[in-house]
Amino acid sequence: MNLTLYVWRQASAASAGRLSRYEAADLSPDMSFLELLDVVNERLTRQGEAPIAFDHDCREGICGSCGLMINGVAHGPLKATATCQLHLRSFRDGATIYIEPWRARAFPVLRDLVVDRTAFDRIIAAGGFVGVSTGSAPDANSLPVPKTDADLAMDAAQCIGCGACVAACPNASAMLFTAAKVGHLALLPQGQPERMRRALGMVQQMDAEGFGGCTWHGECMEACPKEISIDWIARLYRDYIRASATRPERVAVEVAL
Amino acid sequence: MNRLLACWDSTLGKKAVMGATGLLMIAWVVLHVAGNLQAFRGAAAFNGYSGLLHGPLHEALILMRLVLLGCLLLHVTASLQLARRNRLARPEPYARTEPQAATMASRTIRLGGWVLLTFVVLHLLHLTTGQIHPDFVEADAYHNLVVGLAQPLAAAGYLVAMVSIGLHVYHGAWSSWRSLGLAQGSSRPLERPLAAALAVLVWLGFSLIPVAVLLGWLE
Repeated sequence: MNLTLYVWRQASAASAGRLSRYEAADLSPDMSFLELLDVVNERLTRQGEAPIAFDHDCREGICGSCGLMINGVAHGPLKATATCQLHLRSFRDGATIYIEPWRARAFPVLRDLVVDRTAFDRIIAAGGFVGVSTGSAPDANSLPVPKTDADLAMDAAQCIGCGACVAACPNASAMLFTAAKVGHLALLPQGQPERMRRALGMVQQMDAEGFGGCTWHGECMEACPKEISIDWIARLYRDYIRASATRPERVAVEVAL
Repeated sequence: MNRLLACWDSTLGKKAVMGATGLLMIAWVVLHVAGNLQAFRGAAAFNGYSGLLHGPLHEALILMRLVLLGCLLLHVTASLQLARRNRLARPEPYARTEPQAATMASRTIRLGGWVLLTFVVLHLLHLTTGQIHPDFVEADAYHNLVVGLAQPLAAAGYLVAMVSIGLHVYHGAWSSWRSLGLAQGSSRPLERPLAAALAVLVWLGFSLIPVAVLLGWLE
């Protein structure tokens, strides 16, 4: 099959970018979307042009490295699928495809389709962790967790931090990511000591990074390759409001004691 | 106090304030619909209802107006500040975007907010204080209603504004509940039967009055 691509090319963070047109011919419908870019890049390299830079790692849909805005949809037309698991059979032969990087002030473009997502790392560093005792490993199942809570926590813990929620959100909001990271720990006994501080700290960092706010369009949930529900955002509001109304330090100390 | 200020400073805090004030205003709007529909019981009943509000319930009416004004100020302030942050959060737009879940109501909510704000000002000047009313008679609410809405332009304005309020309620009633963290888990979180029913109730309930006046059912 043949495709016409419009790809965002930008030499560096400081330079201006533009969409460049590429014709990709003789493609197999069973190629993955990233393999399409590999093929185009081989040709560009042979022609002495700079290849298109894009992020990728596992190509199994589980690492969260890849992520492209494909025809105005984060990760492309297939639901619950990261870009690497999208195949050309999801497109018509002869189709025109626009490929753009995630766009957000908090995700500056580094080069072509690669954006800097370290803002997510800083949100995690602001509270997305649990304190554990070092030393010998605890006995298995020494902390009982109800099955329903464990299952629910896993729904949010599936977040791979790809940033599609930010990319798809009309406000470039990182609410779904932050909500998933706050939410899965809030459901588990290990997450209780820091629970209130976590909600306050991670939300504060999220705002400081320059992400927008949630207006409940629901775009993030549709874009999420792990189908994380916007219900997590409601849970984040619940924890955040509760934390704002209590003394988080005291709560933390009381639970720890 | 610091914690409350920090909460107000956050995108979540502002949104929760919008949710709380929005729900209060929706509750009031439902009362307003119920009050308006008294017009169908005749001039005496409608003026009796109006007289009740301005007579025995006068203090309650003043208090309610203050609460509503406070809600409106908080709601509009938070929305303007959030809209600014949201604009700044994506300085470079996409060449192409294909919304997957956003509804017409969610995408037009800011525009609808401006329409409603304009409407509220005109509506108060029209039927509460009477400055832009052709023949305003103090203490004859029924007369003011029927004469005011008999002008096709005014009636059309009301009908447009009521579409706006319907859309605002359709998105707002549902999302406010979520922004206050009150929503429980759901397998289809985008569905909102209650908010939809409320939106239709408010839209139809309010729109019935100008339509009835234009058709001569109320005179």
